[in-house]
Amino acid sequence: MKRSDRILNEIKITFPSLSENESFARMAISGLVSQLNPQIDELSDIKTAVSEAVTNCIVHGYKDTVGTVAMTAKILVENEIYIRISDKGCGIEDIEAAMTPLYTSAPDEDRAGLGFTIMESFMDKLSVKSRVGKGTSVTMRKKLTTRKAIDENGREA
Amino acid sequence: MNVVIYNNNNRCLVELHGELDHHNASCARMNIDMAIDSKCPSELYIDFSGVTFMDSSGIGLVMGRYRILHEYGGTLYIVNCSPSIRRVMQLAGMNKLAVFIDEDVRGRLFTDMKGEIKDEKIRQDIK
Repeated sequence: MKRSDRILNEIKITFPSLSENESFARMAISGLVSQLNPQIDELSDIKTAVSEAVTNCIVHGYKDTVGTVAMTAKILVENEIYIRISDKGCGIEDIEAAMTPLYTSAPDEDRAGLGFTIMESFMDKLSVKSRVGKGTSVTMRKKLTTRKAIDENGREA
Repeated sequence: MNVVIYNNNNRCLVELHGELDHHNASCARMNIDMAIDSKCPSELYIDFSGVTFMDSSGIGLVMGRYRILHEYGGTLYIVNCSPSIRRVMQLAGMNKLAVFIDEDVRGRLFTDMKGEIKDEKIRQDIK
């Protein structure tokens, strides 16, 4: 394991692919990331990326069914956030096409086709793994340019 | 999500309140489309002052309404976006399709009209 991958804190949650849980996933990641005292726009970027990934699981992965969405989030050293969101749904046939801006497999449902574009531009790293019929997992990383936490004596914690 | 709709002649103002994600977008869409269908407003204002979060589902909503308005020559105004919502809008190139303004539209549309609010419709939908 690389030094930069040392885990300082970690959460694992699973929830059914109900659209109500999109806001739940955002709240969970906000709770974890808040420990690093992030800038407002950094926090909002991460929430938006998580929202896109979870929405993909719900809208595409489990299109006509309800399944389990799993989210693992870690705080790594040097203020880096690691997030993995996965489903055991239908999988993506052509990942390259799915990641093309404005491409959507559901245009009649008012989907903008920007989910992966937003994840890519709001996070530092994005990787997508998928197998048709097995599921999809999205891994994202973002390093926060956050101010350091200060302890009660005014020293950097 | 809470949706409030005001109609005044050929202008329509939609105020959205809450988090605009995939879960909430369909309720907002239904309400806005009802207003568009019944009034065919030449100017549609969507006010984001009360929107605390928006992802690409919000873009889908806005783009869809733009297409409907564009078909009959209406103009879409995006009002009072927070910086984070503006970033998502810009990523989608919405600044080329809609007019972005920051102001008290309700005041402008209704108070100027002799302080009278004509044909005001309020809808509230939660969940």
